[in-house]
Amino acid sequence: MRNESANVPKRAAALISGGLDSMLAAKVVLDQGVDVEGVNFFTGFCVEGHTHAIRKKDRSRQKRNNALWVAEQLGIKLHIVDVIDEYKDIVLNPKHGYGANLNPCLDCKIFMVNKALTEDVLDRGFDFVITGEVIGQRPKSQRADTMPVIARESGADDRLLRPLCALNLPPTLPERKGWVDRDKLFGFHGRDRKPQMALAESFGFSDYAQPAGGCCFLTDERYAGKLADLWEARGERDYDFDDIMLLKVGRHIRPAPHYKLIVGREEGENNFLSGYRRRFVHLDTVSHAGPLTLIDGEPTDADLVLAARIAARYSQGRTAAAVSVNVHHPSGDSTELQVEPMLPTDLEPAWHIGG
Amino acid sequence: MNGPTTRLDARGLLCPLPVIRTQDKIRKLKIGDVLEVVATDPGVLHDIPAWCRVHGHRLLVSEQRADDFRFHIEVS
Ligand code: SF4
Repeated sequence: MRNESANVPKRAAALISGGLDSMLAAKVVLDQGVDVEGVNFFTGFCVEGHTHAIRKKDRSRQKRNNALWVAEQLGIKLHIVDVIDEYKDIVLNPKHGYGANLNPCLDCKIFMVNKALTEDVLDRGFDFVITGEVIGQRPKSQRADTMPVIARESGADDRLLRPLCALNLPPTLPERKGWVDRDKLFGFHGRDRKPQMALAESFGFSDYAQPAGGCCFLTDERYAGKLADLWEARGERDYDFDDIMLLKVGRHIRPAPHYKLIVGREEGENNFLSGYRRRFVHLDTVSHAGPLTLIDGEPTDADLVLAARIAARYSQGRTAAAVSVNVHHPSGDSTELQVEPMLPTDLEPAWHIGG
Repeated sequence: MNGPTTRLDARGLLCPLPVIRTQDKIRKLKIGDVLEVVATDPGVLHDIPAWCRVHGHRLLVSEQRADDFRFHIEVS
């Protein structure tokens, strides 16, 4: 429950994405003596986590979870909330539509702000919500006219505080009640990142994550292309958790509408894909080292020969006269095929999903 | 040192799911209880200790084994 007494420290939920803006927003309010706790929503599309661990080349570079790192720097708690199932409706039916790709940013923000106030696992105990939004920062969701929409449709109304651009907006409840001092908030606007960087420096923050584009894969053109392809191939707009994980991994090649190949690009991806061996027809090259390839769909025997030739093209035997490829079925049966690796020129560019 | 009172099998889950499951499990435990977590995603080597530090829980064991990682967390 919200507490109305002015003397009790107020509790605020700060949406923490792992990026700089939400970190700064939380810090500004924390420094005013408010009891701030971080909330991070795991939608399944987050750039965080998984993908760093899958690809070997990324493993050495980046292991930390940025949201946890931010919480540790700020000295606040962080609740990571699994919203994979509920988030589906946001991705599939966004009331406000999509941004440049399949990113439903406006609906997403509304959902997250609402969730921070109503989610049972968060005990519904927050007096207000903090986001790192800046007017004009993002063309779809962070505009002067979308700010009140998020406040209204999330149900937060004036319990939603954006410390980085508060001075460009009417005073919110925490400001009016004196829980936070409006004079110590900011009036950032537009795409210029210099004010945020200067503020970060004044707090002594360095080594913060600066994700290009957005906080999730739905803003990524290639990823969105693969998701749209999946919907088209299945004849329905739907997905499950494994679908969206698999879209993050490997080359996706669709030679015909009724099946596609997911070809591992390196050892880490092959290991990840091998976790799905029992659910998919899959290929591995026997005579030469090569990728693990899953087949999603209903391939015919002729399709499997073509798929084997594509798998061979990505193996060490790509220039050999013939490569032997094992075709494994989920039933446990397997067949060995001798195939000629496909020439790169025969691999139609249009088969590569997501460009 | 106390032995674990509850176990969580997070093998096969990718980060941040092992942390989310740990968090959900610990929410139901009492102070002093010890949770054992076993996971396979190498990301947990960083995430579980970081999560424990952030929430003030004591990490009693953090061990890399041949096929997995094992942690003992005392709820504080
Ligand atoms: S980029 Fe993704 S996570 Fe971020 S607001 Fe847009 S849809 Fe939501």
